[in-house]
Amino acid sequence: MSRDFDVIVVGSGPGGSTAADVLTAAGKSVVVFERGRNRLIDLDNPSELLYEFSNDEIKFWSRHFLGPDPWLEPRTFRLREEDGPRTHVGEVNNLPATVGGGGVHADGKLPRFREDDFRMLSELGPVEGASLADWPLDYDELEPCYAEAERLVGVAGEAGANPFAAWRSGPYPMPPGAPMYCAVLTTAAAERLGYHPYPAPTGCNSVPYDGRPACNNCGFCGYFGCPIHAKGDPVASLRRALMTGKAALRPDAFVSRILVENGRATGVEWIDLDGERHIETADSVVLAAGAMETPRLLLLSGFDHPMIGRNLMFHFQTLTFGQLPVRVHAHKGRSVTHAHDDHIVVTSGARAAAAEAGLPFIKGGLVEHGGAAHPTLEAKFYPWGPTHKEMMRASPMRDHLVGFTMQGEDLPQPTNRVDLDPDVRDVHGFPVARVTYHPHRHELVASAFYAPKLEAILREAGAVWARSTTSPDVSGPAMDGRRKMGSVPASRHVVGTCRMGSDPATSVCDEWGRLHSTPNVVVCDSSPFPTGAGYGPTLTLVALAIRNARALAG
Amino acid sequence: MTTGGTETALPPAAYTPALMARYFDERSYAVVRAACARLIPTDQDPGAEEAGVVDYIDGLLGAFASDPPLIWAGGPFSGRFGGAPGFATFHRLTPAEELAWRTRIEGSLGIPERERLGPVVGLQERYQAGISALGDDFCDVGPEEQDERLRRHDSFTSLLLEHACEGMYGAPEYGGNRDLVGWRYIDYLGDVQPRGYSDEEVSQP
Repeated sequence: MSRDFDVIVVGSGPGGSTAADVLTAAGKSVVVFERGRNRLIDLDNPSELLYEFSNDEIKFWSRHFLGPDPWLEPRTFRLREEDGPRTHVGEVNNLPATVGGGGVHADGKLPRFREDDFRMLSELGPVEGASLADWPLDYDELEPCYAEAERLVGVAGEAGANPFAAWRSGPYPMPPGAPMYCAVLTTAAAERLGYHPYPAPTGCNSVPYDGRPACNNCGFCGYFGCPIHAKGDPVASLRRALMTGKAALRPDAFVSRILVENGRATGVEWIDLDGERHIETADSVVLAAGAMETPRLLLLSGFDHPMIGRNLMFHFQTLTFGQLPVRVHAHKGRSVTHAHDDHIVVTSGARAAAAEAGLPFIKGGLVEHGGAAHPTLEAKFYPWGPTHKEMMRASPMRDHLVGFTMQGEDLPQPTNRVDLDPDVRDVHGFPVARVTYHPHRHELVASAFYAPKLEAILREAGAVWARSTTSPDVSGPAMDGRRKMGSVPASRHVVGTCRMGSDPATSVCDEWGRLHSTPNVVVCDSSPFPTGAGYGPTLTLVALAIRNARALAG
Repeated sequence: MTTGGTETALPPAAYTPALMARYFDERSYAVVRAACARLIPTDQDPGAEEAGVVDYIDGLLGAFASDPPLIWAGGPFSGRFGGAPGFATFHRLTPAEELAWRTRIEGSLGIPERERLGPVVGLQERYQAGISALGDDFCDVGPEEQDERLRRHDSFTSLLLEHACEGMYGAPEYGGNRDLVGWRYIDYLGDVQPRGYSDEEVSQP
């Protein structure tokens, strides 16, 4: 069969872009499909970048500039199967649909996982109701890919600053950037209470790197594309891939089906902007559409492994806020400059709290030190009338709020899943991804254990008040059978829906991301993660994409 | 380590009144303008009135009176802190994006491709209904009565407040925040690229 490319890559986010980079470097020809628009790279001259991102709250917060438009490409949600077909239609974990994918919107915190995270079942499990599993590879095997991922993306950090970090073979490619004033205050307080905050490893250039400028602290970071390309979004890997001349990028191209003959993928069917269907053939298909869209595409294509879409994990976020008397101007700087890992480590206190709740352990997650930022969002929280102006001047939210987001580890449960919604269709006419998700009791117990500790840090920092909430919101009516929108998790960290393992009965793909059923389909996103750890998934999925793509290249 | 600049104040901006409404008729324009003035009032500092918040809302409801429509302002810089001004050049939409935004603004109007997820009541219809509910005489009654009517029609007022906040504190290229009055009174510089903030501005009190 004639074909134009060796490999089709579905998705141009951190996973797909990395795979394209590795494959083209190994001499393969690659075409990358992206359902969203290209706002990143001049396709006629890939050494040039596009400059369409801006410091614009309306464009990014209110009007879905990075996509997907929740009306064109909705998802649906329910807490449990017994809630009926769905309780919500629209935005569910809308990571950007744009060239660069989730890498574009992130503020670029790029931590590695710890050694223990790769053997959760044997170290800590089992847990009733959860499907804990060890990874089919360990940290030591992945470490060289982590180091390479940090160099490729460009990560700023300080080796040795986090006493709980996994071992590393070398320093970070860049030193940390300027600490935000709010983090100066909260890290000092955390240290006084015996914790170990450190400069968060961040994919924001602290110095010029890889032909892109240093970050200038504009403050429009998380949820915004970087106007000057100082962020470690997939622009670096995509640009390298395109400049080899062996890669093509097709934006505005929705892949609707993987074509399979006799247990081998032969190509994909895709749909262009005008709704026309096309076929592209290749020797292999790399799936990097994200942990929501990758299982959806497999299901749309007729793959029938019963584990596809199962064990969906978010991070169970504990959000702790406090108000400081001083102005902290958190709109200046990267969204988050510091973190601490003390609440990931299973301490004797955590074990005691777990035992009391009848659990073998509890784990929290990475704690991000941050503040609020932008006035349009702030203003919408205040009442109207004269009070509005007084509050905007005093700015208890935007300019005095400091807080923590704990990215709490979410245990895998087979009942938490992505499947095809039986009724709701996207603009192309295909069933959308439906999310069924309810946190495990572990997450609730861990959050309840750590929230007071986080509040205590804020009080130590001088907060006049401190309180906590969670996402998904599990307080009050949301959990008693009367569902609210608040039960849709806000976390953009989503993993686990095509579990990797050695047993084809209990896993969808092998340790190289190859589907057991169809080994020339290789998953290069966060779908294969057997467990989610308490860290953002991006650097780990990039490291896995390096490993998997290199194995595919042979 | 970084290259932030040194200016510390917003540059002056020209006063540019809207020449004509894109969507509202005269009466609707007056009612929305008066209602916004109650939501974000003028006190010792300018409010929705001076910011031209009604023009932001008119720009959203009448986005498709322009080509490209006033949905996404351009980039990467406004020119307020250097660089060539790009915000005023709005992005073109794909056919699907136009479908989504027309549906959102105009409603589904019985058009099958706009009713894939069921009928959609557009922003224009919600505003027409809200303006009618506030009453023909809204501009003529006293402020207490105006506030009472806004409280009584709470769901419309919530929508109005959301848009009023965007028009007060969003980028002026969308029609509101005239002369940057929304940013000045809260001591906020807005879009600071390509100047950014210096490391000292980030890390010091």
